[in-house]
Amino acid sequence: MPIDLAFIWAAIIAFGVLAYVVMDGFDLGVGILFPLFPDKKDRDVMMNSVAPVWDGNETWLVLGGGGLLAVFPLAYATILPALYMPLIAMLLGLIFRGVAFEYRWRTKRWERVWDVAFAGGSIVAGFCQGIALGALVQGIPVVDRAYAGGWWDWLTPFSIATGLALLIGYTLLGSTWLVMKTEGELARRARHLAQRLAFLTVIAMGVFSLWTPWLRPLYLDRWFGFPTAMFSVIVPLLVLGSLYLIVKGLKSGKDVQPFLASLGLFILGYAGIGISFYPYIVPTSLTIWDAAAPPESLSFLLVGALVLVPIILAYTGYAYWVFRGKVRHEDGYH
Amino acid sequence: MFEHFDAIVLARIQFAFTVSAHIIFPAFSIGTASYLFVLEALYLKTKREVYLELFNFWKTIFAVAFGMGVVSGIVMSYQFGTNWAVFSDKAGPVIGPLMGYEVLTAFFLEAGFLGVMLFGRQRVGPGLHFFATGMVALGTLISATWILAVNSWMQTPAGFGMNDKGQFVPVDWWAVIFNPSFPYRLVHMVLAAYLTTAFVVGAVGAWHLLKRTAPLRASTMFSMAMWMAAVVAPIQILVGDMHGLNTLEHQPAKVMAMEGHFDSHPDGAPLILFGLPNQAEKRVDYAIEIPKLSSLILKHGLNEPLAGLDTIPDDKEPPVAIVFWSFRVMVAIGFAMLGIGIWSLFCRYRGTLNFNAWLHRAAVAMGPAGFAAVLAGWVTTEVGRQPYTIYGHLLTAESHSPIAAPAVATSLIAFIIVYFFVFGTGTFYLLRLMARLPRDPTPELQEDPIRTQGITPGPAQGDSHAH
Ligand code: HDD
Ligand code: HEM
Ligand code: HEM
Repeated sequence: MPIDLAFIWAAIIAFGVLAYVVMDGFDLGVGILFPLFPDKKDRDVMMNSVAPVWDGNETWLVLGGGGLLAVFPLAYATILPALYMPLIAMLLGLIFRGVAFEYRWRTKRWERVWDVAFAGGSIVAGFCQGIALGALVQGIPVVDRAYAGGWWDWLTPFSIATGLALLIGYTLLGSTWLVMKTEGELARRARHLAQRLAFLTVIAMGVFSLWTPWLRPLYLDRWFGFPTAMFSVIVPLLVLGSLYLIVKGLKSGKDVQPFLASLGLFILGYAGIGISFYPYIVPTSLTIWDAAAPPESLSFLLVGALVLVPIILAYTGYAYWVFRGKVRHEDGYH
Repeated sequence: MFEHFDAIVLARIQFAFTVSAHIIFPAFSIGTASYLFVLEALYLKTKREVYLELFNFWKTIFAVAFGMGVVSGIVMSYQFGTNWAVFSDKAGPVIGPLMGYEVLTAFFLEAGFLGVMLFGRQRVGPGLHFFATGMVALGTLISATWILAVNSWMQTPAGFGMNDKGQFVPVDWWAVIFNPSFPYRLVHMVLAAYLTTAFVVGAVGAWHLLKRTAPLRASTMFSMAMWMAAVVAPIQILVGDMHGLNTLEHQPAKVMAMEGHFDSHPDGAPLILFGLPNQAEKRVDYAIEIPKLSSLILKHGLNEPLAGLDTIPDDKEPPVAIVFWSFRVMVAIGFAMLGIGIWSLFCRYRGTLNFNAWLHRAAVAMGPAGFAAVLAGWVTTEVGRQPYTIYGHLLTAESHSPIAAPAVATSLIAFIIVYFFVFGTGTFYLLRLMARLPRDPTPELQEDPIRTQGITPGPAQGDSHAH
């Protein structure tokens, strides 16, 4: 049997996007939570808890975009025009929050401005990513290798709902991250928030799961047809299990467990979405084989990816290890 | 504001605007990352406190500029798809993997070690910290290598075939990457980044020498920068000349536009120093020329024939005036840099490098020169390749997305407003960081490296230079 390069690449890209969502998810979440922590010292600590790693987290987004161009150029060329407005808004949001990491420490008078930029940019970016996800799940029409819809097609109640759902999910990641990385009053408040956000996230996932199957016959079939329906039974159970671990960890003071269990929630939700639209990469117009680049391109980059991704994971892990443990205000990285 | 333009023109303006904004930051951070590496190496070797002081001083500046480079770069990697969908679909199989390698080998490397370099000195110790600085510097150079392979392939495509879907398909990756203009462009761009940084560092050093705020640190950085200028500026001019000869071979129309040669010259072409290119009438008005010199430079013979734009169909000509002028701006700056380099050697020889106020004033004035030259160079390159995006194979007019003009106009206006606001404020902070540097380290501090190691807390830094 010949090796199915397109399939391998679909798996790698899926992994990259997941890595992005969970890693940038918690640092966007920290930004989204800014308005709830008005105290300057708290904000200093919150920002410093993610400052050494945010750039690496965001690089997974570049890998998602660049990787798509390299291995599924037709998907890149149809999804991006279809999601034009939310993507541009996301990029602008990322600009504001990205520069805030440095600018905020370079001024006293405008510190508030960059606080707002950090929070606002994170909110806009997270919300737009959710909208983009929703719009993708709804489906994107393609005719003659080109996007065949209008520039407002992405805007529907469903995509707005997924935008809000992702915002909630990111704040859960952000708050459990703070539980893990901070101490004292700040950690206590984060713990309190995380508790509520965990329930909200699970509710949002429930709404999403009940709504999605009615969008397209394909999804309905996936959720209730054999054998995929087995996941429809198992996944909700695992979700409830994760919820239990989060709540239990928060109560018993195991500060790492809630964060890990929240990551688990994200992975489950992500797997659910993946199962719904496989083998499409542009639902429901293009499959991964329709959109794949020629084999010369796929194999050339695959060699590098197989060698380099493990190395990247190793030194990324090392960077997290260097900055392990609780962040204190006196540490003042900046 | 933009209601008279169609979607293609808007997309082109948007691309030119966002990529020009982006290139400013890498041009500076490629050079600064290497400079930081050198400073830290010197510190580890000599243990002289001044190098650590300079390292910390430039590190903060680097962090701000790098952040701006990252956010403007992320915009670029999505812009190909949002605005240039047809181009992405067709060229993706060739340029996509190169950019993929850029992410895997360069961006992750920079980002992974940046945190350690900026915030981790106390946590990892001097050896590993130095290693992290090295990895960041290496990452910026690898990044430049891949992205210039992409750009050069678009200028001088090689090593590909076409498939039945109309896509460019790689046939020989080696030929794709080492396409004819790549080596020249890479060397010229990396040297440009080093010169840009050298002139910024030189300007800051000169400024503080004039203000007498920190003689030791200021003279150290000024001297380092002037060595760079004296050594690299002449090399850059030589490389630029070779780059031009290479372009003459592969993109003759671009050189015709740079030279303002509307007509062919069968027996020796003049070098037009200045003039007003008039594309409609196909001539250069008010030209000041030196007979035969252009043939001498480009063909190494006074009477060598040189073809002009009359040999190119009208609809395949690039816009001459833009290319003509931007090229002259770049070359003028190149020679001005050479001038500063020679002048500094002369002062060094006379022992007045730290005291010649006119040299210092000139160096301050030349601080932004590198950025201007880089932008002018890129405008020459990119506008000179029009009307193609992939030279000779894909027209710009056939590359864009099926997106309505209002969508592109809205996003263009948003980018302009946001960039001016965000990068404008950032530039202000950068200048303020460069103007700080209150005193040289006092002798007690010099004996006790631990005290000054690591990072002064942010808010305190904010205090020290807030007005
Ligand atoms: C500090 C920056 C800097 C300086 C001083 C110079 N250049 Fe340059 N030049 C660049 C920075 C640059 C650049 C930004 O790096 C470009 C744009 C694209 C490229 O490959 O390099 C460029 C492009 C470029 C091109 C266009 C090549 C093409 O697109 O095919 C030519 C012919 C030259 N240069 C020649 C010169 C000469 C003869 C110079 C000296 C007098 C010179 N440059 C100084
Ligand atoms: C290596 C990275 C680069 C790539 C891959 C690239 C590619 C492109 C593409 C796809 C276009 C759009 C089509 C067109 O109008 O030609 C373009 C146009 C343009 N680019 Fe580049 N570019 C790069 C770097 C730069 C830089 C650094 C600058 C300037 C500082 C620049 C200046 C321009 C300009 C001015 C245009 C518009 C030309 C016109 O419309 O007449 N480019 N480039
Ligand atoms: C159109 C072409 C370009 C695209 C799509 C692009 C894309 C990007 C992206 C996505 C980043 C952020 C990386 C991160 O997250 O860490 C970035 C940063 C960077 N880019 Fe570009 N880039 C382009 C042109 C260039 C050119 C022409 C150069 C230099 C020759 C360059 C050199 C760099 C460097 C050194 C960085 C690191 C950040 C910094 O130095 O400020 N790029 N670019």
